[in-house]
Amino acid sequence: MKILVCVSKTPDTTAKIAFTDNNTKFDNNGVQWIINPYDEWYALVRAIELKEADPSSVIHLVTVGTADADPIIRKALALGGDEAIRVNADSQDSYYVAAQIAQVARDGGYDLLLAGKETIDFNGASIGGMLAELLDLPYVALAARLDLAGNKATIVREIEGGEETVEAELPLVISCQKGMAEQRIPNMRGIMAARTKPLKVVEPVAADTLTSIAAFGLPPAKAGVKLVSPDNVEELVRLLHEEAKSI
Amino acid sequence: MPVLIFIDSAEGHVKKASLEALTYGADLATQLGTHAEGIVLGNMTEDISALGKYGVKKIHQVADASLDQFDSQTYCAIIAEAVKATGSDLLVLSNNVHGKAIAPRLSARLKAGLVAGAVAMADTSNGFIVKKSVFSGKAFAQVSIQTAIKIIAINPNSYKTVANEGTAELVPFAVTIPASKIKLLQVNKASGEVPLTEAEIVVSAGRGMKGPENWGMVEELAKTLHAATACSRPVADAHWRPHNEHVGQTGIAIAPNLYIAIGISGAIQHLAGVNRSKVIVVINKDAEAPFFKAADYGIVGDAFEVVPKLTEAIKKMKAS
Ligand SMILES: Cc1cc2nc3c(=O)[nH]c(=O)nc-3n(C[C@H](O)[C@H](O)[C@H](O)COP(=O)(O)OP(=O)(O)OC[C@H]3O[C@@H](n4cnc5c(N)ncnc54)[C@H](O)[C@@H]3O)c2cc1C
Ligand SMILES: Nc1ncnc2c1ncn2[C@@H]1O[C@H](COP(=O)(O)O)[C@@H](O)[C@H]1O
Repeated sequence: MKILVCVSKTPDTTAKIAFTDNNTKFDNNGVQWIINPYDEWYALVRAIELKEADPSSVIHLVTVGTADADPIIRKALALGGDEAIRVNADSQDSYYVAAQIAQVARDGGYDLLLAGKETIDFNGASIGGMLAELLDLPYVALAARLDLAGNKATIVREIEGGEETVEAELPLVISCQKGMAEQRIPNMRGIMAARTKPLKVVEPVAADTLTSIAAFGLPPAKAGVKLVSPDNVEELVRLLHEEAKSI
Repeated sequence: MPVLIFIDSAEGHVKKASLEALTYGADLATQLGTHAEGIVLGNMTEDISALGKYGVKKIHQVADASLDQFDSQTYCAIIAEAVKATGSDLLVLSNNVHGKAIAPRLSARLKAGLVAGAVAMADTSNGFIVKKSVFSGKAFAQVSIQTAIKIIAINPNSYKTVANEGTAELVPFAVTIPASKIKLLQVNKASGEVPLTEAEIVVSAGRGMKGPENWGMVEELAKTLHAATACSRPVADAHWRPHNEHVGQTGIAIAPNLYIAIGISGAIQHLAGVNRSKVIVVINKDAEAPFFKAADYGIVGDAFEVVPKLTEAIKKMKAS
C-alpha cells in the first residue's frame, strides 16, 4: 500500500489576521506556522494508523510551497511517514497547486491519496476534488472514517444532518475531517528519525492559474453587545423578535 | 449564454441551499443581461417546475435512478456535459457537502476558475470578482476569475432566497451516464431534526452545561425555536454530544440567522466556525467570557436558570 498525504502550512489557529501591501498580502508578522489541522490530525494520523496495521505500507507526504514550509514538513515527518516531497513553488491558485500534486501522484503511483477537508486559511476545500479529477479517480469528500480491507475502502462521509457509508476500490482520493483519527504528539524518537528522513525538493511543472486574489478585507467590527438582565429574559425575546427580527 | 445552476437534492427533495444558489444564479444572469437555467440529477418527488419562481426559465433533468446516489465523478461528468450543451460559461452551485465534492472536479475538468465559498454577488463591472470567506470567517478575499468558464460555489446561508411568480420548463437532458465506482452502503440521518448546516437558528452549548444529563433544557429551547443543536469541541470530545454537532475551526462551520451560545467561553477556534452568524446571543455566567465581544445580545447569568426561563418566554411570545 502506497499512501500520499497532502500537507499544507497554515497560520496557527490563534494568529492575528491582518493584511499588508494595500490589503493584498497576509501579514506574516509574528505569526506561528502549523501543519493545517485537518492534514495533521486526520489525514496524516489515519495514514500512520493504516501503516501500523500494515507495516509494509509506505507513506509519502507532499507539500507545494517554498523552503519556509520545511519546518512544517519535518514536524509531519516526526509524527510518521517515510519521506516527503516538496514542490518548490509559491501559488495561491488551487488549480495550480492541484496540478503539481497530480504530477507527484502520477510519478509515485499511489493507492490512496489523502488531503485535509480544507486549509484553515484559504478555506478552498478544493485540492482533493481537483486532484481526483486530474487523475480520473473517485473522490470521497469530508470523510469522517476510513477502513481498508485489501483493495476495498469503506468510508463514512458527512451529509446534511447525518452521515453515509460508502464503499470504493483503490486507488482513491479522500478529504479527511474530524472522526478519522485522534490528534497525536510527536515523540522524541520520531523527532530524531525525522531529521534523516528524505525531504526531496522538486521543481514545479508548467500549469495554469485560473484565479488570483485581488484584495483581502476584514469584516466590519460588531457594534458591541447589548446586555439584558437575567431577570428580564422577556426583554431579550422582544429584542430578538422586534429589533433583530431573528425569531 | 445562460447561467447554469446545479440544483442539489436529497431523497427527491431540493435542498434549501440550492434555492439560494438558484436565486444567486438568476440575479447574476439578470446582472449580465442573460437568463438562468438549472440542472437536476436523479428522480425527484417534488414538482421541479415550481422552481421557476426562483428565476430559472428551464431545468434540465437526468431522471435516472443511478443518480439518486451521489458520486462526485459521475455528477461532474454529467454537469460538464450540460455546461457544454447549454453553452453556459457560468456555473453556480451551493458550497454545501455535495458542492464541495463537485465544484473542484468541474473546475479541473473544464479549466474553469472556481470561487469556493462565495458570500456575495459577483462584481462584473471590471473583470469578474467574487468575494469569498477566508481564515474561517475572520476575513474575506476578493477573488478574480481569469478563465472563460467560471464557477461560483456560494456558502449556505449567505445569499437571501427570493421567490416570485413563474414556472420553469422541464426538459430531459440526454447524456451517457458513466458507471459509478462508489457504492452506497448505508445512510444515517437523524430524522425530523433540522440539519445543522441548513438551520436558520442554532442553539449551542458548551462545557458550562457540566454534563450530558443537562442537555434537556438546551434541546427544549431548540425545539421551541425549530432550531438545530450544536456544541463546542470539548463537549463532543467528551462524548456528551455526537461529533457531528461540533462547530468551530475543526468542526462544522455554520452561518445561521441566529446563534445562541450557552456556557461557551468563545475561544477563537470556536468563533471561527460561528462568526458568520447574523445575530449572536451569548448566555454565560462570567461577564469576562470572550464570547461577549463577538455577541450582539448577551445575558450574564447562570444557564441553568436563564435557559428554562428563556424557553418559557419564547413560548409565550409565540402563543400571543
Ligand atoms: C487547533 C485547535 C482547534 C480547535 N477547534 C475547536 C473547534 O472547532 N470548536 C471548539 O468549540 N473549540 C475548538 N478548540 C478548543 C477551544 O480552544 C476551546 O478550548 C473550547 O472552545 C472551549 O469550549 P467551551 O467554551 O465549551 O469550554 P470552556 O472554555 O470550559 O468554557 C465554559 C464556559 O461556560 C461558562 N459557564 C460555566 N458554568 C456556567 C453556567 N452555569 N451558566 C452559564 N455559563 C457557565 C464559563 O464561564 C465558561 O465561559 C480548538 C483548539 C485548538 C487548539
Ligand atoms: N500547498 C499545498 N501543498 C500540499 N497540499 C495542499 C496544499 N494546499 C492544500 N493542500 C491539501 O489540500 C487540502 C484542501 O486545501 P484547500 O483546497 O486549499 O482548502 C488541504 O487540507 C491539504 O491536504
